Amino acid sequence: MVINEFKMTVDSRSINESFTRATVSAFASQLDPTVEEINDIKTAVSEAVTNSIVHGYKNEVGRIYISVKIHKEGLIVVSIRDRGCGIADIKKAREPLFTTLGGDRAGLGFSVMESFMDKISVRSTPNKGTTVTLYKKICGRRK
Amino acid sequence: MSVKIDFQDETLFCKLKGEIDHHTTLPIRLDIDERIENCRPQNVVLDFTDVTFMDSSGIGLVMGRYKILNELGGKLEVTGLSDNSYKVMRLAGLDRIANIKKGGKKNGN
Repeated sequence: MVINEFKMTVDSRSINESFTRATVSAFASQLDPTVEEINDIKTAVSEAVTNSIVHGYKNEVGRIYISVKIHKEGLIVVSIRDRGCGIADIKKAREPLFTTLGGDRAGLGFSVMESFMDKISVRSTPNKGTTVTLYKKICGRRK
Repeated sequence: MSVKIDFQDETLFCKLKGEIDHHTTLPIRLDIDERIENCRPQNVVLDFTDVTFMDSSGIGLVMGRYKILNELGGKLEVTGLSDNSYKVMRLAGLDRIANIKKGGKKNGN
């Protein structure tokens, strides 16, 4: 059951990476997370949003749709969706160190998301877009 | 995000400050690489003490500098990592190629 929800849309400009992770983590703070939990969410969101910017909308500026749902029992579900180029081979894209970009991109975005969140799901259709959903149960400081 | 670079005793000391992500990394990388090119240091220290956030872009920053130094015969040291930055670095196996040390601020990634 969803007890609180938040949605926003941002342009796929790299300057919005910090704004997006800060906003999602501010919304998540109502669950009274630990510093580590909030940083895990921030880092995973940063990876997903960066993917939409550098891969999804490689040659254009598009919109990134973010939704954050807080469920009962402290489960937070963050969905990051773009209408960009999509991923042809999701399995390959999720392999550690795989990157279609050269330079200093490490190819570890999905690895970071997987290890910092409880679960992630990736849905994508070439030329239609990609949705990455991040799940994490917040145990918080109350325990 | 900013970087303050000092060169002394064959060591290039780079003090990073702020949040490291894909947006902020490029100018910093160019600054550091230019100084490596000019100074040809034996050691490069990347000090993360004042870094408040880092995602996988930080891995690229460290890995890219490691590759350059490897070619030039220099050594890389990464210091002052927060628990979260350390976690990201470990995930990439950077502890196997560079000397990485914790000791950053307790709060924040």
